[in-house]
Amino acid sequence: MENVMTAIRVVPLDHYLILSFLLFSIGMVGALVRRNIIIVIMCLELMLNSVNLLLVAFSAYHSDPGGQIMVFFIMLVAAAEVTVGLAILVLLKRNTDSVDMNQLNRLKW
Amino acid sequence: MLYLFYFFAAISVIAALVVVSAKSPINSVIALVVCFLSIAAHYILLNAQFLAMVHVIVYTGAIMVLMLFVIMLLNMNTVVEVRKPVVTRILAVVTGGLFFLVLLAATRSGLSTPVPADFDPGIGLVKRIGMSLFQEFLVPFELSSVLFLSAMAGAMMLAKKDGTANVNLPPSSEPNDSRA
Repeated sequence: MENVMTAIRVVPLDHYLILSFLLFSIGMVGALVRRNIIIVIMCLELMLNSVNLLLVAFSAYHSDPGGQIMVFFIMLVAAAEVTVGLAILVLLKRNTDSVDMNQLNRLKW
Repeated sequence: MLYLFYFFAAISVIAALVVVSAKSPINSVIALVVCFLSIAAHYILLNAQFLAMVHVIVYTGAIMVLMLFVIMLLNMNTVVEVRKPVVTRILAVVTGGLFFLVLLAATRSGLSTPVPADFDPGIGLVKRIGMSLFQEFLVPFELSSVLFLSAMAGAMMLAKKDGTANVNLPPSSEPNDSRA
């Protein structure tokens, strides 16, 4: 157990940075490219999770539990956000019979 | 240890790419579940055991199942998605790549903050997180229950069936919408 615990910092912190940036960029590209609303919501979840991963990595490397508490609250807020977002999606699908992002372009005005 | 990290990193990146590029929303959800499980594996590698369990339970157990329910209830696997024009897609990919490069360049030299030498590996254990959560962060923790209550009430009010709260968008307002 002690071996496992002391082996945490074998991976350089930069690797976690690069992985997290990569996941965030992929999520951003997905949110820009796709028109299906539910896939855009999933890409938002992906971006949230990449930030969570970075927070946990920094928290573990600096021995500070505050980062992990922050991640916990981010998960709570994400769960609430997905609930309301999917309710809006169901409403949109029921009213317009499609899940296209461009159905919502009248919200611009 | 390092190879485990590379293994799970490769799984998460490939699964994220599948999420973005899959045709059917069901495939996207499955790929996102794989991606979230590999992120939970990263949490275990970092010895954040509490967060790994919460991540598996909340994300892959609750949120993804909720999304699958919505996709199947709305019969969305038969919907044909109109793709954005090629120029928009290429520009989006270029934007994402540039964003990645900017982030890399910004942290390339700025990450010289030294990692402290005194190192406590047991920071992510359930006991430690629980003590911190219920002593320092008790008020936000209790406030989050109010947030959940309001989210639940809002979701039920939005999605309930009677016609009083409908916003009455016209059925198809554009010529190029996605009705097959």
